[in-house]
Amino acid sequence: MLNVSLCGIELKNPVIAASGTFGFGEEYNNVFDVSKLGGIATKGLTLNKREGNDGLRIYEAESGIMNSVGLQNPGIEEFIKTELPKMKKFNTVIFANLGGGTIEEYLSGIEKLNNSDIDMIELNISCPNVKAGGMAFGIKSNIAYDVVSRVKEIAKKPIMVKLSPNAENIVDMSEKCCKAGADAISLVNTFKAMAIDIYKRKPVFNNTFAGLSGPAIKPIALRMVYEVSRAVDIPVVGMGGITTWQDAIEFIMAGAEAVQVGTANFIKPDICLDIIDGIKSFMVSENIKNLSEIKGTIRGV
Amino acid sequence: MQYKYERVKIQSNAEVANNIYKLVIECNHEAKPGQFYMLRGWDNELLLGRPISVHDVQDGLTSFLYEVRGKGTKILSTLETGYRIEIFGPHGKGFNTNVKGKVAVVTGGIGIAPMYYTIKALKNAQIDLFAGFRDEVYLIDDLKDFISSSYVATNNGRIGHKGFITDIFNPWEYNLVLCCGPEIMMEKIVRMCRDYKTPVYVSMERHMACGIGACLVCTCKTKDGNKRVCKDGPVFSGEDVFLDA
Ligand SMILES: Cc1cc2nc3c(=O)[nH]c(=O)nc-3n(C[C@H](O)[C@H](O)[C@H](O)COP(=O)(O)OP(=O)(O)OC[C@H]3O[C@@H](n4cnc5c(N)ncnc54)[C@H](O)[C@@H]3O)c2cc1C
Ligand SMILES: Cc1cc2nc3c(=O)[nH]c(=O)nc-3n(C[C@H](O)[C@H](O)[C@H](O)COP(=O)(O)O)c2cc1C
Ligand code: FES
Repeated sequence: MLNVSLCGIELKNPVIAASGTFGFGEEYNNVFDVSKLGGIATKGLTLNKREGNDGLRIYEAESGIMNSVGLQNPGIEEFIKTELPKMKKFNTVIFANLGGGTIEEYLSGIEKLNNSDIDMIELNISCPNVKAGGMAFGIKSNIAYDVVSRVKEIAKKPIMVKLSPNAENIVDMSEKCCKAGADAISLVNTFKAMAIDIYKRKPVFNNTFAGLSGPAIKPIALRMVYEVSRAVDIPVVGMGGITTWQDAIEFIMAGAEAVQVGTANFIKPDICLDIIDGIKSFMVSENIKNLSEIKGTIRGV
Repeated sequence: MQYKYERVKIQSNAEVANNIYKLVIECNHEAKPGQFYMLRGWDNELLLGRPISVHDVQDGLTSFLYEVRGKGTKILSTLETGYRIEIFGPHGKGFNTNVKGKVAVVTGGIGIAPMYYTIKALKNAQIDLFAGFRDEVYLIDDLKDFISSSYVATNNGRIGHKGFITDIFNPWEYNLVLCCGPEIMMEKIVRMCRDYKTPVYVSMERHMACGIGACLVCTCKTKDGNKRVCKDGPVFSGEDVFLDA
Protein backbone atom coordinates (compact mmCIF):
# COMPACT_ATOMS: atom_id res chain seq x y z
CA MET A 1 0.00 0.00 0.00
CA LEU A 2 3.01 2.25 0.48
CA ASN A 3 4.39 1.66 -2.99
CA VAL A 4 4.67 4.50 -5.46
CA SER A 5 5.83 4.59 -9.03
CA LEU A 6 8.26 7.12 -10.39
CA CYS A 7 8.84 7.28 -14.16
CA GLY A 8 7.86 3.64 -14.43
CA ILE A 9 10.12 2.55 -11.58
CA GLU A 10 8.45 0.99 -8.56
CA LEU A 11 9.49 2.22 -5.12
CA LYS A 12 8.33 0.03 -2.23
CA ASN A 13 7.60 3.18 -0.26
CA PRO A 14 7.92 6.91 -0.89
CA VAL A 15 10.93 7.53 1.39
CA ILE A 16 14.30 8.08 -0.28
CA ALA A 17 17.55 8.91 1.53
CA ALA A 18 18.76 12.28 0.23
CA SER A 19 22.01 12.79 -1.62
CA GLY A 20 25.10 13.62 0.39
CA THR A 21 23.70 12.61 3.74
CA PHE A 22 23.73 8.87 3.18
CA GLY A 23 26.96 8.13 1.30
CA PHE A 24 26.33 5.04 -0.82
CA GLY A 25 24.27 3.39 1.89
CA GLU A 26 26.97 1.04 3.11
CA GLU A 27 27.61 2.79 6.44
CA TYR A 28 23.93 3.15 7.28
CA ASN A 29 23.40 -0.50 6.46
CA ASN A 30 25.47 -1.20 9.57
CA VAL A 31 22.77 0.57 11.56
CA PHE A 32 19.57 -0.62 9.89
CA ASP A 33 18.52 -2.60 6.85
CA VAL A 34 18.64 0.04 4.10
CA SER A 35 16.71 -2.29 1.79
CA LYS A 36 13.64 -1.07 3.65
CA LEU A 37 14.00 2.33 2.00
CA GLY A 38 12.11 3.34 -1.10
CA GLY A 39 15.40 4.47 -2.58
CA ILE A 40 18.83 5.89 -1.98
CA ALA A 41 20.23 8.95 -3.74
CA THR A 42 24.01 8.60 -3.90
CA LYS A 43 26.50 11.18 -2.75
CA GLY A 44 26.82 13.78 -5.53
CA LEU A 45 29.04 12.31 -8.25
CA THR A 46 31.23 14.18 -10.69
CA LEU A 47 33.09 12.96 -13.76
CA ASN A 48 36.41 13.18 -11.95
CA LYS A 49 37.26 12.53 -8.34
CA ARG A 50 36.93 15.61 -6.11
CA GLU A 51 38.58 16.22 -2.76
CA GLY A 52 35.96 18.74 -1.68
CA ASN A 53 36.34 21.99 0.22
CA ASP A 54 38.91 23.00 2.81
CA GLY A 55 38.09 24.32 6.24
CA LEU A 56 35.02 23.72 8.33
CA ARG A 57 32.40 21.69 6.47
CA ILE A 58 29.49 21.69 8.89
CA TYR A 59 28.00 24.21 11.25
CA GLU A 60 24.83 23.99 13.27
CA ALA A 61 22.38 26.87 12.82
CA GLU A 62 19.04 27.38 14.55
CA SER A 63 16.96 24.32 13.62
CA GLY A 64 19.21 23.57 10.73
CA ILE A 65 22.71 22.83 9.59
CA MET A 66 24.94 24.49 7.07
CA ASN A 67 27.32 22.37 5.02
CA SER A 68 30.18 23.01 2.70
CA VAL A 69 31.39 19.59 1.63
CA GLY A 70 32.08 20.65 -1.94
CA LEU A 71 31.10 17.41 -3.65
CA GLN A 72 33.91 15.25 -2.35
CA ASN A 73 33.41 12.01 -4.26
CA PRO A 74 35.44 9.24 -5.90
CA GLY A 75 34.39 10.11 -9.47
CA ILE A 76 31.87 8.23 -11.61
CA GLU A 77 34.13 5.44 -12.84
CA GLU A 78 35.27 4.57 -9.35
CA PHE A 79 31.66 4.73 -8.18
CA ILE A 80 30.59 2.26 -10.86
CA LYS A 81 33.54 0.00 -10.17
CA THR A 82 33.56 -0.18 -6.36
CA GLU A 83 30.46 1.41 -4.83
CA LEU A 84 27.67 0.41 -7.20
CA PRO A 85 28.22 -3.36 -6.90
CA LYS A 86 27.86 -2.99 -3.12
CA MET A 87 24.76 -0.83 -3.52
CA LYS A 88 23.18 -3.35 -5.86
CA LYS A 89 23.08 -5.82 -3.00
CA PHE A 90 20.51 -3.61 -1.33
CA ASN A 91 17.00 -4.19 -2.51
CA THR A 92 16.17 -0.55 -3.16
CA VAL A 93 16.02 1.93 -6.02
CA ILE A 94 19.31 3.67 -6.80
CA PHE A 95 19.36 7.30 -7.84
CA ALA A 96 22.79 8.38 -9.06
CA ASN A 97 23.13 12.03 -8.11
CA LEU A 98 25.19 13.71 -10.83
CA GLY A 99 26.82 17.11 -10.44
CA GLY A 100 29.02 19.05 -12.80
CA GLY A 101 30.77 22.31 -13.57
CA THR A 102 30.25 22.37 -17.35
CA ILE A 103 27.75 20.92 -19.80
CA GLU A 104 30.48 18.68 -21.22
CA GLU A 105 31.14 17.28 -17.78
CA TYR A 106 27.47 16.46 -17.32
CA LEU A 107 27.32 14.79 -20.72
CA SER A 108 30.39 12.62 -20.14
CA GLY A 109 28.93 11.66 -16.79
CA ILE A 110 25.63 10.66 -18.36
CA GLU A 111 27.42 8.53 -20.95
CA LYS A 112 29.18 6.59 -18.23
CA LEU A 113 26.03 6.15 -16.17
CA ASN A 114 24.02 5.08 -19.22
CA ASN A 115 25.75 1.73 -19.25
CA SER A 116 25.67 1.18 -15.52
CA ASP A 117 23.24 -0.61 -13.28
CA ILE A 118 21.68 2.44 -11.63
CA ASP A 119 17.92 3.00 -11.85
CA MET A 120 17.62 6.73 -12.32
CA ILE A 121 19.77 9.83 -12.54
CA GLU A 122 19.17 12.74 -10.22
CA LEU A 123 20.68 15.63 -12.14
CA ASN A 124 22.03 18.04 -9.55
CA ILE A 125 22.03 21.43 -11.21
CA SER A 126 22.02 23.11 -7.88
CA CYS A 127 25.01 22.48 -5.69
CA PRO A 128 25.84 25.72 -3.91
CA ASN A 129 29.20 24.48 -2.70
CA VAL A 130 31.05 24.25 -5.94
CA LYS A 131 32.60 27.41 -7.26
CA ALA A 132 33.10 26.25 -10.82
CA GLY A 133 29.66 27.17 -12.08
CA GLY A 134 27.69 24.36 -10.45
CA MET A 135 25.30 26.90 -9.04
CA ALA A 136 24.69 28.92 -12.18
CA PHE A 137 22.83 26.05 -13.86
CA GLY A 138 20.35 26.03 -11.04
CA ILE A 139 19.80 29.79 -10.94
CA LYS A 140 18.84 30.75 -14.47
CA SER A 141 16.02 28.85 -16.14
CA ASN A 142 17.49 29.27 -19.61
CA ILE A 143 20.81 27.77 -18.65
CA ALA A 144 19.03 24.91 -16.94
CA TYR A 145 16.99 24.37 -20.09
CA ASP A 146 20.20 24.00 -22.12
CA VAL A 147 21.76 21.46 -19.77
CA VAL A 148 18.64 19.39 -19.38
CA SER A 149 17.87 19.25 -23.09
CA ARG A 150 21.44 18.29 -23.96
CA VAL A 151 21.41 15.64 -21.25
CA LYS A 152 18.07 14.27 -22.43
CA GLU A 153 19.42 13.89 -25.98
CA ILE A 154 21.83 11.21 -24.84
CA ALA A 155 20.43 9.84 -21.56
CA LYS A 156 19.24 6.25 -21.49
CA LYS A 157 18.09 6.45 -17.87
CA PRO A 158 15.21 8.53 -16.55
CA ILE A 159 16.37 12.02 -15.59
CA MET A 160 15.10 13.63 -12.40
CA VAL A 161 16.32 17.22 -12.24
CA LYS A 162 17.13 18.46 -8.74
CA LEU A 163 16.29 22.13 -8.34
CA SER A 164 17.89 24.73 -6.17
CA PRO A 165 15.68 26.88 -3.99
CA ASN A 166 18.07 29.66 -4.97
CA ALA A 167 16.64 29.67 -8.50
CA GLU A 168 15.51 33.09 -9.70
CA ASN A 169 12.02 31.75 -10.21
CA ILE A 170 11.35 28.22 -9.05
CA VAL A 171 8.15 27.79 -11.04
CA ASP A 172 9.65 29.04 -14.27
CA MET A 173 12.67 26.86 -13.60
CA SER A 174 10.55 23.75 -13.20
CA GLU A 175 8.55 24.52 -16.34
CA LYS A 176 11.73 24.98 -18.39
CA CYS A 177 13.18 21.71 -17.12
CA CYS A 178 9.93 19.97 -17.94
CA LYS A 179 9.95 21.46 -21.44
CA ALA A 180 13.54 20.33 -21.89
CA GLY A 181 12.36 16.79 -21.32
CA ALA A 182 12.98 16.11 -17.65
CA ASP A 183 11.27 12.91 -16.53
CA ALA A 184 10.85 14.09 -12.94
CA ILE A 185 11.83 16.94 -10.66
CA SER A 186 13.19 16.84 -7.16
CA LEU A 187 13.45 19.85 -4.86
CA VAL A 188 14.85 21.44 -2.83
CA ASN A 189 18.58 21.43 -2.49
CA THR A 190 20.12 23.59 0.24
CA PHE A 191 19.62 27.34 0.62
CA LYS A 192 22.61 29.59 0.11
CA ALA A 193 23.43 30.85 3.57
CA MET A 194 26.16 32.36 5.70
CA ALA A 195 27.55 32.49 9.24
CA ILE A 196 30.16 34.75 10.79
CA ASP A 197 32.67 34.04 13.54
CA ILE A 198 32.49 37.34 15.39
CA TYR A 199 35.71 36.78 17.34
CA LYS A 200 37.77 35.95 14.28
CA ARG A 201 35.76 38.56 12.35
CA LYS A 202 35.61 36.16 9.42
CA PRO A 203 33.01 34.02 7.72
CA VAL A 204 32.77 30.61 9.37
CA PHE A 205 33.20 28.86 6.01
CA ASN A 206 36.24 29.21 3.75
CA ASN A 207 33.87 29.64 0.81
CA THR A 208 31.96 32.35 2.72
CA PHE A 209 28.63 30.72 1.84
CA ALA A 210 27.29 27.30 2.68
CA GLY A 211 24.07 25.36 2.15
CA LEU A 212 21.35 25.45 4.79
CA SER A 213 19.18 22.37 5.33
CA GLY A 214 17.03 20.84 8.05
CA PRO A 215 13.77 21.84 9.79
CA ALA A 216 14.52 25.55 9.36
CA ILE A 217 13.90 25.33 5.61
CA LYS A 218 10.83 23.08 5.68
CA PRO A 219 8.05 25.66 5.35
CA ILE A 220 9.74 27.29 2.36
CA ALA A 221 10.59 23.96 0.75
CA LEU A 222 6.99 22.86 1.19
CA ARG A 223 5.71 25.99 -0.48
CA MET A 224 8.08 25.45 -3.42
CA VAL A 225 7.06 21.81 -3.81
CA TYR A 226 3.43 22.91 -3.78
CA GLU A 227 3.99 25.56 -6.46
CA VAL A 228 6.10 23.34 -8.67
CA SER A 229 3.72 20.36 -8.44
CA ARG A 230 0.93 22.53 -9.72
CA ALA A 231 3.04 23.93 -12.55
CA VAL A 232 4.35 20.71 -14.12
CA ASP A 233 2.78 17.41 -15.05
CA ILE A 234 5.82 15.22 -14.35
CA PRO A 235 6.39 13.59 -10.94
CA VAL A 236 7.84 15.75 -8.20
CA VAL A 237 9.96 14.44 -5.35
CA GLY A 238 9.87 16.75 -2.35
CA MET A 239 12.42 17.39 0.35
CA GLY A 240 13.73 20.00 2.74
CA GLY A 241 13.65 19.61 6.48
CA ILE A 242 11.56 16.45 6.66
CA THR A 243 12.09 14.88 10.08
CA THR A 244 8.73 13.28 10.88
CA TRP A 245 6.08 11.27 9.06
CA GLN A 246 3.75 14.25 9.42
CA ASP A 247 6.24 16.35 7.45
CA ALA A 248 6.34 13.66 4.77
CA ILE A 249 2.55 13.59 4.50
CA GLU A 250 2.51 17.38 4.17
CA PHE A 251 4.88 17.18 1.19
CA ILE A 252 2.78 14.45 -0.40
CA MET A 253 -0.41 16.44 0.07
CA ALA A 254 1.39 19.44 -1.42
CA GLY A 255 1.96 17.34 -4.54
CA ALA A 256 5.05 15.19 -4.04
CA GLU A 257 5.04 11.65 -5.42
CA ALA A 258 7.80 10.70 -2.99
CA VAL A 259 10.00 12.43 -0.45
CA GLN A 260 13.68 12.55 0.44
CA VAL A 261 15.13 12.75 3.91
CA GLY A 262 18.56 14.31 4.41
CA THR A 263 19.58 16.18 7.53
CA ALA A 264 17.22 14.16 9.72
CA ASN A 265 19.43 11.09 9.24
CA PHE A 266 21.95 12.89 11.44
CA ILE A 267 19.42 13.31 14.23
CA LYS A 268 18.56 9.63 14.35
CA PRO A 269 20.26 7.26 11.91
CA ASP A 270 17.16 5.11 11.28
CA ILE A 271 14.71 8.01 11.21
CA CYS A 272 13.63 7.01 7.69
CA LEU A 273 12.14 3.82 9.14
CA ASP A 274 10.16 5.85 11.68
CA ILE A 275 8.87 8.01 8.85
CA ILE A 276 7.89 4.97 6.76
CA ASP A 277 6.10 3.37 9.73
CA GLY A 278 4.35 6.63 10.57
CA ILE A 279 3.07 7.05 7.02
CA LYS A 280 1.74 3.51 7.11
CA SER A 281 -0.10 3.99 10.41
CA PHE A 282 -1.56 7.24 9.15
CA MET A 283 -2.84 5.51 6.03
CA VAL A 284 -4.44 2.79 8.12
CA SER A 285 -6.09 5.19 10.53
CA GLU A 286 -7.29 7.49 7.74
CA ASN A 287 -8.37 4.56 5.62
CA ILE A 288 -6.11 5.51 2.73
CA LYS A 289 -5.42 2.61 0.36
CA ASN A 290 -2.90 4.29 -1.84
CA LEU A 291 -0.92 7.50 -1.47
CA SER A 292 -2.30 8.77 -4.77
CA GLU A 293 -5.54 9.40 -2.86
CA ILE A 294 -3.91 12.22 -0.94
CA LYS A 295 -1.20 13.30 -3.35
CA GLY A 296 -1.57 16.92 -4.35
CA THR A 297 -5.00 17.20 -2.80
CA ILE A 298 -4.27 20.54 -1.21
CA ARG A 299 -5.71 23.33 -3.23
CA GLY A 300 -5.11 26.86 -2.06
CA VAL A 301 -6.18 30.02 -3.79
CA MET B 1 24.43 -4.23 12.83
CA GLN B 2 27.62 -2.72 14.05
CA TYR B 3 26.61 0.46 15.84
CA LYS B 4 23.68 0.92 18.09
CA TYR B 5 21.48 3.93 18.47
CA GLU B 6 19.61 3.77 21.72
CA ARG B 7 18.32 5.56 24.75
CA VAL B 8 20.09 4.65 27.95
CA LYS B 9 19.79 5.76 31.53
CA ILE B 10 22.16 8.24 33.12
CA GLN B 11 23.61 6.84 36.31
CA SER B 12 25.38 10.02 37.31
CA ASN B 13 26.51 13.30 35.82
CA ALA B 14 28.58 15.54 38.04
CA GLU B 15 31.11 18.34 37.86
CA VAL B 16 34.53 16.89 38.74
CA ALA B 17 36.60 20.00 38.13
CA ASN B 18 35.76 23.52 37.11
CA ASN B 19 33.57 23.17 33.99
CA ILE B 20 34.57 19.51 33.57
CA TYR B 21 31.84 16.88 33.98
CA LYS B 22 31.81 13.15 34.27
CA LEU B 23 28.80 11.42 32.76
CA VAL B 24 28.14 7.77 33.57
CA ILE B 25 25.56 5.83 31.57
CA GLU B 26 24.16 2.32 31.74
CA CYS B 27 25.66 0.72 28.68
CA ASN B 28 27.74 -2.37 28.19
CA HIS B 29 28.96 -2.19 24.60
CA GLU B 30 32.60 -2.70 25.54
CA ALA B 31 33.87 0.16 23.43
CA LYS B 32 37.58 0.20 22.66
CA PRO B 33 39.96 2.86 23.98
CA GLY B 34 39.91 5.94 21.75
CA GLN B 35 36.46 5.25 20.33
CA PHE B 36 33.65 7.75 20.80
CA TYR B 37 29.87 8.08 20.85
CA MET B 38 27.57 10.69 19.41
CA LEU B 39 25.58 11.91 22.42
CA ARG B 40 22.21 13.66 22.28
CA GLY B 41 20.59 14.89 25.44
CA TRP B 42 17.88 17.05 23.89
CA ASP B 43 14.80 16.85 21.71
CA ASN B 44 14.54 19.78 19.36
CA GLU B 45 16.88 22.38 20.79
CA LEU B 46 19.77 21.02 18.75
CA LEU B 47 19.99 18.68 15.77
CA LEU B 48 23.39 17.05 15.78
CA GLY B 49 24.79 14.72 18.36
CA ARG B 50 28.07 15.70 19.99
CA PRO B 51 31.09 13.40 19.61
CA ILE B 52 32.51 12.49 23.02
CA SER B 53 35.24 9.91 23.69
CA VAL B 54 34.82 6.91 25.90
CA HIS B 55 36.44 7.74 29.21
CA ASP B 56 35.97 4.37 30.88
CA VAL B 57 34.02 1.14 30.57
CA GLN B 58 33.41 -0.93 33.64
CA ASP B 59 30.72 -3.21 35.07
CA GLY B 60 28.06 -2.40 32.50
CA LEU B 61 28.69 1.30 32.77
CA THR B 62 30.31 3.61 30.25
CA SER B 63 31.60 7.00 31.29
CA PHE B 64 32.53 10.21 29.52
CA LEU B 65 34.56 13.16 30.68
CA TYR B 66 33.64 16.41 28.97
CA GLU B 67 34.27 20.10 29.12
CA VAL B 68 31.40 22.53 28.72
CA ARG B 69 32.19 24.56 25.61
CA GLY B 70 28.99 25.56 23.85
CA LYS B 71 25.27 24.83 23.73
CA GLY B 72 25.42 21.06 23.46
CA THR B 73 27.84 20.36 26.25
CA LYS B 74 26.00 22.95 28.35
CA ILE B 75 22.78 20.97 27.98
CA LEU B 76 24.62 17.73 28.68
CA SER B 77 25.86 19.20 31.95
CA THR B 78 22.29 19.81 33.13
CA LEU B 79 21.04 16.25 32.58
CA GLU B 80 20.13 14.42 35.73
CA THR B 81 20.38 10.87 36.98
CA GLY B 82 17.65 8.73 35.44
CA TYR B 83 17.34 10.84 32.26
CA ARG B 84 17.44 8.67 29.16
CA ILE B 85 20.14 10.03 26.92
CA GLU B 86 20.43 9.10 23.24
CA ILE B 87 23.72 7.47 22.37
CA PHE B 88 25.02 6.32 19.01
CA GLY B 89 28.18 4.29 18.79
CA PRO B 90 30.78 3.25 19.60
CA HIS B 91 32.40 4.82 16.55
CA GLY B 92 35.82 4.91 15.01
CA LYS B 93 39.11 3.19 15.32
CA GLY B 94 40.76 3.75 18.66
CA PHE B 95 44.26 3.34 20.00
CA ASN B 96 46.13 0.09 19.63
CA THR B 97 46.80 -0.87 23.24
CA ASN B 98 48.49 -4.17 22.53
CA VAL B 99 51.97 -2.70 22.89
CA LYS B 100 55.03 -3.30 25.01
CA GLY B 101 57.92 -1.07 26.09
CA LYS B 102 57.97 2.54 27.15
CA VAL B 103 54.92 4.53 26.11
CA ALA B 104 54.37 8.26 26.57
CA VAL B 105 50.81 9.52 26.77
CA VAL B 106 50.72 13.24 25.99
CA THR B 107 47.57 15.26 26.52
CA GLY B 108 46.38 18.84 26.42
CA GLY B 109 43.35 19.93 28.44
CA ILE B 110 40.27 17.73 28.03
CA GLY B 111 42.33 15.61 25.60
CA ILE B 112 43.08 13.57 28.68
CA ALA B 113 39.48 12.24 28.61
CA PRO B 114 40.06 9.18 26.37
CA MET B 115 43.40 8.42 28.00
CA TYR B 116 42.05 7.04 31.24
CA TYR B 117 40.56 4.01 29.52
CA THR B 118 43.50 3.83 27.12
CA ILE B 119 46.10 3.80 29.87
CA LYS B 120 44.18 1.14 31.77
CA ALA B 121 44.20 -1.01 28.66
CA LEU B 122 47.96 -0.59 28.08
CA LYS B 123 48.64 -3.46 30.44
CA ASN B 124 52.00 -4.53 29.08
CA ALA B 125 53.59 -1.13 28.73
CA GLN B 126 55.46 1.16 31.02
CA ILE B 127 53.68 4.48 30.82
CA ASP B 128 54.72 8.06 31.44
CA LEU B 129 51.96 10.65 31.35
CA PHE B 130 52.60 14.20 30.17
CA ALA B 131 49.50 16.27 30.80
CA GLY B 132 49.08 19.96 30.05
CA PHE B 133 46.25 22.08 31.47
CA ARG B 134 45.24 25.73 31.32
CA ASP B 135 44.79 26.15 35.03
CA GLU B 136 43.11 23.46 37.08
CA VAL B 137 44.58 19.94 37.04
CA TYR B 138 42.27 16.93 37.03
CA LEU B 139 42.32 13.14 36.66
CA ILE B 140 46.04 12.76 37.36
CA ASP B 141 45.47 11.26 40.80
CA ASP B 142 43.07 8.65 39.45
CA LEU B 143 45.74 7.49 37.04
CA LYS B 144 48.56 7.10 39.57
CA ASP B 145 48.12 3.33 39.89
CA PHE B 146 48.46 2.70 36.18
CA ILE B 147 51.50 4.79 35.27
CA SER B 148 55.19 5.03 36.13
CA SER B 149 55.51 8.81 36.25
CA SER B 150 53.42 11.82 35.53
CA TYR B 151 54.55 15.25 34.37
CA VAL B 152 52.20 18.17 34.54
CA ALA B 153 52.30 21.63 33.01
CA THR B 154 49.85 24.48 33.51
CA ASN B 155 49.75 27.68 31.49
CA ASN B 156 49.81 29.80 34.61
CA GLY B 157 52.16 27.64 36.67
CA ARG B 158 49.52 26.78 39.25
CA ILE B 159 50.76 23.20 39.37
CA GLY B 160 53.86 21.68 37.74
CA HIS B 161 55.79 23.32 34.97
CA LYS B 162 54.67 26.82 34.00
CA GLY B 163 54.10 26.78 30.28
CA PHE B 164 53.37 24.05 27.74
CA ILE B 165 53.67 20.31 28.12
CA THR B 166 55.82 20.29 25.00
CA ASP B 167 58.47 22.22 26.98
CA ILE B 168 59.13 19.24 29.24
CA PHE B 169 58.47 16.29 26.95
CA ASN B 170 61.51 14.23 25.98
CA PRO B 171 60.79 12.21 22.86
CA TRP B 172 63.93 10.07 22.81
CA GLU B 173 62.95 7.86 25.71
CA TYR B 174 59.89 6.22 24.23
CA ASN B 175 58.97 3.37 21.90
CA LEU B 176 55.57 4.89 21.25
CA VAL B 177 53.70 8.13 21.91
CA LEU B 178 49.91 8.48 22.15
CA CYS B 179 48.60 12.00 21.94
CA CYS B 180 45.30 13.85 22.34
CA GLY B 181 44.83 17.58 22.62
CA PRO B 182 44.87 20.78 20.59
CA GLU B 183 46.24 20.36 17.07
CA ILE B 184 49.16 22.73 17.59
CA MET B 185 50.29 20.68 20.54
CA MET B 186 49.94 17.39 18.67
CA GLU B 187 51.80 18.75 15.66
CA LYS B 188 54.64 19.92 17.91
CA ILE B 189 54.88 16.49 19.50
CA VAL B 190 54.93 14.80 16.11
CA ARG B 191 57.73 17.09 14.96
CA MET B 192 59.71 16.50 18.15
CA CYS B 193 59.39 12.74 17.72
CA ARG B 194 60.32 12.69 14.07
CA ASP B 195 64.03 13.17 14.76
CA TYR B 196 64.05 10.08 16.93
CA LYS B 197 61.79 8.07 14.64
CA THR B 198 59.42 7.56 17.55
CA PRO B 199 55.96 6.63 16.25
CA VAL B 200 53.17 8.94 17.41
CA TYR B 201 49.43 8.30 17.25
CA VAL B 202 47.14 11.29 17.51
CA SER B 203 43.41 11.53 18.12
CA MET B 204 41.91 14.12 15.76
CA GLU B 205 38.87 16.32 16.27
CA ARG B 206 36.50 17.44 13.54
CA HIS B 207 32.95 18.69 13.61
CA MET B 208 30.72 15.75 12.76
CA ALA B 209 27.22 14.98 11.53
CA CYS B 210 26.56 11.29 10.75
CA GLY B 211 29.39 9.85 12.85
CA ILE B 212 29.63 6.74 10.67
CA GLY B 213 31.49 7.80 7.55
CA ALA B 214 28.64 8.67 5.20
CA CYS B 215 28.44 12.46 5.01
CA LEU B 216 32.10 13.48 4.60
CA VAL B 217 31.92 16.58 6.79
CA CYS B 218 34.71 15.38 9.10
CA THR B 219 37.54 14.85 6.65
CA CYS B 220 41.15 15.22 7.59
CA LYS B 221 43.94 15.41 5.03
CA THR B 222 46.51 12.65 5.36
CA LYS B 223 49.36 11.20 3.38
CA ASP B 224 46.85 8.82 1.78
CA GLY B 225 44.35 11.55 0.88
CA ASN B 226 41.18 12.58 2.65
CA LYS B 227 40.21 10.40 5.60
CA ARG B 228 37.04 10.46 7.68
CA VAL B 229 37.85 11.22 11.30
CA CYS B 230 34.68 9.47 12.48
CA LYS B 231 35.28 6.19 10.68
CA ASP B 232 38.92 5.95 9.55
CA GLY B 233 40.00 7.73 12.77
CA PRO B 234 39.80 9.49 15.13
CA VAL B 235 43.23 7.96 15.81
CA PHE B 236 45.77 8.41 13.02
CA SER B 237 49.51 8.15 12.64
CA GLY B 238 50.75 11.63 13.55
CA GLU B 239 53.21 11.63 10.67
CA ASP B 240 50.49 10.87 8.13
CA VAL B 241 48.45 13.86 9.32
CA PHE B 242 50.99 16.49 10.27
CA LEU B 243 54.10 15.80 8.22
CA ASP B 244 53.21 14.06 4.98
CA ALA B 245 49.65 15.21 4.25
C1 LIG C 1 36.25 12.08 18.21
C2 LIG C 1 36.01 13.20 19.18
C3 LIG C 1 36.07 12.94 20.54
C4 LIG C 1 35.83 13.96 21.47
N1 LIG C 1 35.90 13.66 22.79
C5 LIG C 1 35.66 14.62 23.69
C6 LIG C 1 35.69 14.31 25.08
O1 LIG C 1 35.91 13.17 25.48
N2 LIG C 1 35.44 15.30 25.96
C7 LIG C 1 35.15 16.59 25.53
O2 LIG C 1 34.93 17.45 26.37
N3 LIG C 1 35.13 16.90 24.23
C8 LIG C 1 35.37 15.95 23.29
N4 LIG C 1 35.32 16.27 21.96
C9 LIG C 1 34.99 17.64 21.58
C10 LIG C 1 33.47 17.83 21.65
O3 LIG C 1 32.87 17.08 20.63
C11 LIG C 1 33.08 19.31 21.49
O4 LIG C 1 33.59 20.04 22.54
C12 LIG C 1 31.56 19.46 21.46
O5 LIG C 1 31.03 18.89 20.28
C13 LIG C 1 31.14 20.90 21.56
O6 LIG C 1 29.75 20.98 21.44
P1 LIG C 1 28.97 22.26 21.97
O7 LIG C 1 27.58 22.19 21.48
O8 LIG C 1 29.13 22.37 23.43
O9 LIG C 1 29.78 23.46 21.34
P2 LIG C 1 29.37 24.39 20.11
O10 LIG C 1 30.55 25.14 19.75
O11 LIG C 1 28.11 25.14 20.40
O12 LIG C 1 29.07 23.31 19.00
C14 LIG C 1 28.59 23.67 17.73
C15 LIG C 1 28.86 22.52 16.77
O13 LIG C 1 30.26 22.37 16.56
C16 LIG C 1 30.72 21.10 16.97
N5 LIG C 1 32.00 21.25 17.67
C17 LIG C 1 32.42 22.35 18.37
N6 LIG C 1 33.66 22.13 18.85
C18 LIG C 1 34.03 20.88 18.44
C19 LIG C 1 35.20 20.08 18.62
N7 LIG C 1 36.25 20.51 19.31
N8 LIG C 1 35.22 18.84 18.07
C20 LIG C 1 34.18 18.38 17.37
N9 LIG C 1 33.04 19.10 17.18
C21 LIG C 1 32.97 20.33 17.70
C22 LIG C 1 29.63 20.57 17.87
O14 LIG C 1 29.62 19.15 17.91
C23 LIG C 1 28.40 21.16 17.24
O15 LIG C 1 28.00 20.41 16.12
C24 LIG C 1 35.56 15.28 21.02
C25 LIG C 1 35.51 15.54 19.65
C26 LIG C 1 35.73 14.52 18.72
C27 LIG C 1 35.66 14.81 17.28
C1 LIG D 1 26.10 17.20 4.39
C2 LIG D 1 25.21 17.35 3.18
C3 LIG D 1 25.69 17.00 1.91
C4 LIG D 1 24.90 17.14 0.78
N1 LIG D 1 25.40 16.77 -0.45
C5 LIG D 1 24.60 16.82 -1.54
C6 LIG D 1 25.05 16.37 -2.81
O1 LIG D 1 26.18 15.87 -2.95
N2 LIG D 1 24.21 16.46 -3.89
C7 LIG D 1 22.93 16.97 -3.75
O2 LIG D 1 22.20 17.02 -4.74
N3 LIG D 1 22.48 17.40 -2.56
C8 LIG D 1 23.27 17.34 -1.46
N4 LIG D 1 22.78 17.77 -0.24
C9 LIG D 1 21.41 18.32 -0.16
C10 LIG D 1 20.40 17.28 0.31
O3 LIG D 1 20.34 16.17 -0.56
C11 LIG D 1 19.00 17.91 0.44
O4 LIG D 1 18.61 18.39 -0.82
C12 LIG D 1 18.97 19.09 1.40
O5 LIG D 1 19.81 18.84 2.51
C13 LIG D 1 17.56 19.41 1.90
O6 LIG D 1 16.97 18.30 2.58
P1 LIG D 1 17.04 18.10 4.19
O7 LIG D 1 16.58 19.37 4.81
O8 LIG D 1 16.18 16.90 4.45
O9 LIG D 1 18.46 17.83 4.49
C14 LIG D 1 23.58 17.65 0.90
C15 LIG D 1 23.10 17.99 2.17
C16 LIG D 1 23.88 17.85 3.31
C17 LIG D 1 23.32 18.24 4.65
S1 FES E 1 30.67 12.66 10.47
FE1 FES E 1 29.78 11.98 8.62
S2 FES E 1 31.54 11.14 7.62
FE2 FES E 1 32.31 11.64 9.57
